[in-house]
Amino acid sequence: MDKLLKISQLKVHFPVKGGIWMRPVATCKAVDGVSLEISKGETLGLVGESGCGKSTLARTVVGLNEPTTGEILLDGQKLGDYSGNFGKGNRKRVQMVFQDPAESLNSRHTVGQILEEPLVVHKKGDQGERASRVKELLNLVGLPLGSVTRYPFEFSGGQRQRIGIARALALNPEVLVLDEPVSALDLSIRSQVINLLLKLKNRLGLTCLFISHDLSVVRHLSDRIAVMYLGKVVEIASAEELINNPLHAYTRSLIGAIPQANPNVHGKFSVLSGEVPSPINPPPGCPFGYRVGSRFYTESIGQSLDLKEFSPGHFVQDCPCCVI
Amino acid sequence: MNLLEVRGLEVAFENEEGDDLVVVDRVDLSLKAGKTLGLVGESGCGKSVSALSLLRLLPKPTGKILNGSILWKGNDLLTVSSDDIRSIRGNEIGMIFQEPMNALNPAHTIGRQVDEVYITHQGLDSGQARVHTLKMLEKVGIPEPGIRANEYPHQLSGGMRQRIVIAIALACEPDLIIADEPTTALDVTIQAQVLQLMSELQEQSGASLLLITHDLGVVAQTCDEVAVMYAGRIVERAPMRRLFEFPQHAYTRGLLASIPSLTGPIQTELPVIPGIVPALADLNSGCRFAPRSSYAHEQEWLDVRAPLVEVEDNHWVEDCPACRRLNSDALS
Repeated sequence: MDKLLKISQLKVHFPVKGGIWMRPVATCKAVDGVSLEISKGETLGLVGESGCGKSTLARTVVGLNEPTTGEILLDGQKLGDYSGNFGKGNRKRVQMVFQDPAESLNSRHTVGQILEEPLVVHKKGDQGERASRVKELLNLVGLPLGSVTRYPFEFSGGQRQRIGIARALALNPEVLVLDEPVSALDLSIRSQVINLLLKLKNRLGLTCLFISHDLSVVRHLSDRIAVMYLGKVVEIASAEELINNPLHAYTRSLIGAIPQANPNVHGKFSVLSGEVPSPINPPPGCPFGYRVGSRFYTESIGQSLDLKEFSPGHFVQDCPCCVI
Repeated sequence: MNLLEVRGLEVAFENEEGDDLVVVDRVDLSLKAGKTLGLVGESGCGKSVSALSLLRLLPKPTGKILNGSILWKGNDLLTVSSDDIRSIRGNEIGMIFQEPMNALNPAHTIGRQVDEVYITHQGLDSGQARVHTLKMLEKVGIPEPGIRANEYPHQLSGGMRQRIVIAIALACEPDLIIADEPTTALDVTIQAQVLQLMSELQEQSGASLLLITHDLGVVAQTCDEVAVMYAGRIVERAPMRRLFEFPQHAYTRGLLASIPSLTGPIQTELPVIPGIVPALADLNSGCRFAPRSSYAHEQEWLDVRAPLVEVEDNHWVEDCPACRRLNSDALS
């Protein structure tokens, strides 16, 4: 299959400033050597705990952060150089849905203005064409046409997220990056939005990077899942394979930690000790082995910990302490 | 005898026009010693307000308790003096809040914040209090309590902060712990740690737990009994297993069906509850789930509130015929 989006050896490092003069004193390695490929029409789920770098990765893909090294290729063209007209041309091909719809919509703009803005910025169509596109978008996400003149605060959380999704779709993007799109939504609303995303993906043939900390939701929406830990991808496989046959110790604990809404599944969830180490001063070896105090941890020091294909399509970090 | 018995609790908030909006509408709850009761519902359903009312912590002057009684060991908490309720808070009933960063004072060391509980509620001097504090910090799994006690909340991770909040709630070994979404702000692996810690501590002390959450997964793994709230009312109350195996109310069934699991089919349409949670201002007096239910409600069920009926041992459901219609076969 075509690889539409290709991320290779991406590193995003932030300087940590300190001292009286606020000089850089350390580096926060938020994303530290991530390579991912997404085929056309595929949804790649990205899971991990807070601070693992998944949101930084998403922001870098849409051009909100600059890569330190490595590159992002869309259809073989380099993304990330967002200056000038070339940048704009590419930017509209990759759009993003943010986590909190209350914060990511301008509260002083009407829904019509919010949905029209991407079209105005990218000089698409005249006023009439833009107005009809806005109506089309409202239809697509299941909002009443009368919403055009209303403001975001007049909508419920689920409807606001629909507006956020419609805005991301305004320019007919090829790739949609979704950063925790349902995490802020209520239980009975969440499944409505999940269904909407599934419908849009199938109808528009979207390629998605779906980011969430909720493995059940990611599994439901994704073709493949990548698990991130402290700036690195530790395991990638198809959704079913990853859940049924997790190889990395971190993936296993992540699955085990999810409380299932079924009293007959899991007697008690497995409990993982320790916390995610700081990306500013990571341990020298495998950060997960370090966290859980694996007795093979010392063997991982100095190892490259690259991904290795364990079975067809199932990649896992080649780590002596986590994959046994 | 029940440790806690809430009867007909009715709580309202005054809006800007001076009208009372009823947010908790005649809620009954009961909790036995040593048991865990889960109170489940979506945001705005009144579950947190119910919990705050138990300790008379509603914001003043807008929040008021209109009716009902809260029997704690036989005494009505709504009629005891403010001095008495102060001594019950912390000593007999401890509270764990959702967002640990907001529950802790950023300007005081964590040691001082735990000390305060012993000084206020047990009348210890600061030296004795610190001895207890260090023991308590160790109990909730804070590494190097002697050093950590002198640190400030911002120096700790989210999971550690929540452990401090738990330490404060449990310091005086209360008989009841009210936990309002204690793990919602935490990552799953940290959530598992905190839930395990809470159940260990609960087992050691024999305390009861009122766990408020929107996560049915957490309920399934921790609770003995569950009450499901919708739009200010309890629509179903059951032993935990029975709620999952035998849900009676259309809302409960809808919620359970709409959660993606780790074992179900993938990339298929999830069953949904259509519509949205009704706004407080336009609640009707009858069945409040009617606008979202797939079954037609006769007018009388929209006007008159159905009572809770016991369908099997200790399993209660709001007796709205339309909302229970799906189950008529399942029960026989």
